[in-house]
Amino acid sequence: MTAGVAAPPVLSPDGTERAARRRRRVPYLLLAPGLVFLLVLYVVPLIALFRTGLQSGNLVSGYEFTWEWGNFLQVFTTYRPQLLRSLLYSVSATVVTLLLGYPLAYAIAFRTGRWKNLFLVLLLVPFLIPFLLRTLAWRTILADQGLVVEAMKAIGLLPEQGGRLLATGWAVLAGLVYSFLPFMVLPIYVALEKIDRSLLEAAGDLYSKPSTAFWKVTWPLSLPGVISGTLLTAIPAAGDYISVQLLGNPQETMMGNVIENKFLSVIDYPAAAAISITLMLAIVIAVIFYVRSVGTEELVA
Amino acid sequence: MRTVKRLLLPTYLGLSLLYLFLPVLVVILFSFNDYQGRFNVRWQGFTIEHWLDPFRVEEIPQALGVSIVVAALSSGIATIIGTLIALALTRYRFRGRSATNVLLFFPMATPEVVLGSSLLGLFVAMGTGAGFLTLLLAHILFIISYAVATIRARIVGFDRHLEEAAMDLYANEWETFRKVTWPMILPGVFAAFLLGFALSLDDFVVSNFTAGTIQTYPLYVWGAARRGIPAQVNVWGTVIFVVTVTVMLLFLWGQRRRQQRLGLA
Repeated sequence: MTAGVAAPPVLSPDGTERAARRRRRVPYLLLAPGLVFLLVLYVVPLIALFRTGLQSGNLVSGYEFTWEWGNFLQVFTTYRPQLLRSLLYSVSATVVTLLLGYPLAYAIAFRTGRWKNLFLVLLLVPFLIPFLLRTLAWRTILADQGLVVEAMKAIGLLPEQGGRLLATGWAVLAGLVYSFLPFMVLPIYVALEKIDRSLLEAAGDLYSKPSTAFWKVTWPLSLPGVISGTLLTAIPAAGDYISVQLLGNPQETMMGNVIENKFLSVIDYPAAAAISITLMLAIVIAVIFYVRSVGTEELVA
Repeated sequence: MRTVKRLLLPTYLGLSLLYLFLPVLVVILFSFNDYQGRFNVRWQGFTIEHWLDPFRVEEIPQALGVSIVVAALSSGIATIIGTLIALALTRYRFRGRSATNVLLFFPMATPEVVLGSSLLGLFVAMGTGAGFLTLLLAHILFIISYAVATIRARIVGFDRHLEEAAMDLYANEWETFRKVTWPMILPGVFAAFLLGFALSLDDFVVSNFTAGTIQTYPLYVWGAARRGIPAQVNVWGTVIFVVTVTVMLLFLWGQRRRQQRLGLA
């Protein structure tokens, strides 16, 4: 891409220079409203949150900034169960979503022919039902004595006595996988769609088995989609607290529940801020790793 | 063996769709449930009673009204801001371009609970408290990045030479934008608005932190989940579903016709 839309009409050397200088300012003018918005409402609050995480005190006497690193230490001691559970749910939800989502993206990209767009629409349509209602619907589907539980008892996947899904980690996992499936499928689909089909033909011409062609051609070329999809699943899953609250066991909370609880009920801002920032830092590290492997253009596009 | 292999993927596709639509069917089905007591969780018989009386629980249509106003305003403003950013990123090369890309990516990569809590922290620190305005600002914030991504995908997709041709024919930059660029990116801008509207309408987590006492539809559902959700919630959920699906299909259909008219498809 070159600078500007096209070369400006040449008037005089002096006029051209002024026009060029004006043109250099254009992108910044276009960016200004958005950047101001993001700086004031995204960057500043995160820095302020970090500062809050270093405060000490209590609700009655007020909080004071004292470089209280203990709040951050607490995340790894007091809240270690929640930290580990968030990690566990996030990783397992991502793995399951990838295992379910990859074949789905593959089927849509390679097997639906002219109905491709219809299937993409069908993939997205269920997500137009309000999110909370969808999650509550899973509560009905996975309910004790519900169809799924009874069927699983019948084939011995759940014990006859006291076997249940609701209020267990399995229900949370089911809710997470369901919520993030399209975020996994779409980027993988886009990556698969971009693959030049003649590469696969060439592999076939050179007597490679379909499975070899898949692992040597299709899979490596779809990796950018897989990376996007896993990030788009793992990150929100790590911060989730709705699935636990509505489907899981209220005793087995995640980091998100602690943040919500400390911020909105207990009003312990420093602890909540420290947990938020820790979560955020973990993500920053993941994203830096990602930028290193694919570059910044791929991020937003 | 060979037929089994060939049927494997289509079968999987069918099962996946069934899985994806299962909760949708449950939500719609339970809007017709003739349940007793407060909890609409077990199927007890068919009735259209709730559909005949959708305004019985006044809070629901009220909350939905708030949601729609917030969604329209926040998505509208975010789309305007996003269009400007997308134009800058695709049409110009400038210092700080990569940094802007990263800055745009982060709000999408930030868990909503972190986004919401950091905003609440800011509003508390500024002493503004939380209410309609803070809710609106928070929604604009999380929509911007998605708007940029949508519009930018559209701009990247079209032929740059059209703009150059206009310039060659002595159109100035503004005329080129108005007569060539704008009509070309309009579907992307519109798609961004629809996406932002849907994201805002459905948002619970960020709203939970920034809405104060304002009640949106998801906030009402969350509050009601503890004391038992009236079937009217399902009725309105179904209405939202049908309306948004219709709008989405109309949009796609319009896109197709447009492409056919321009001879692109």
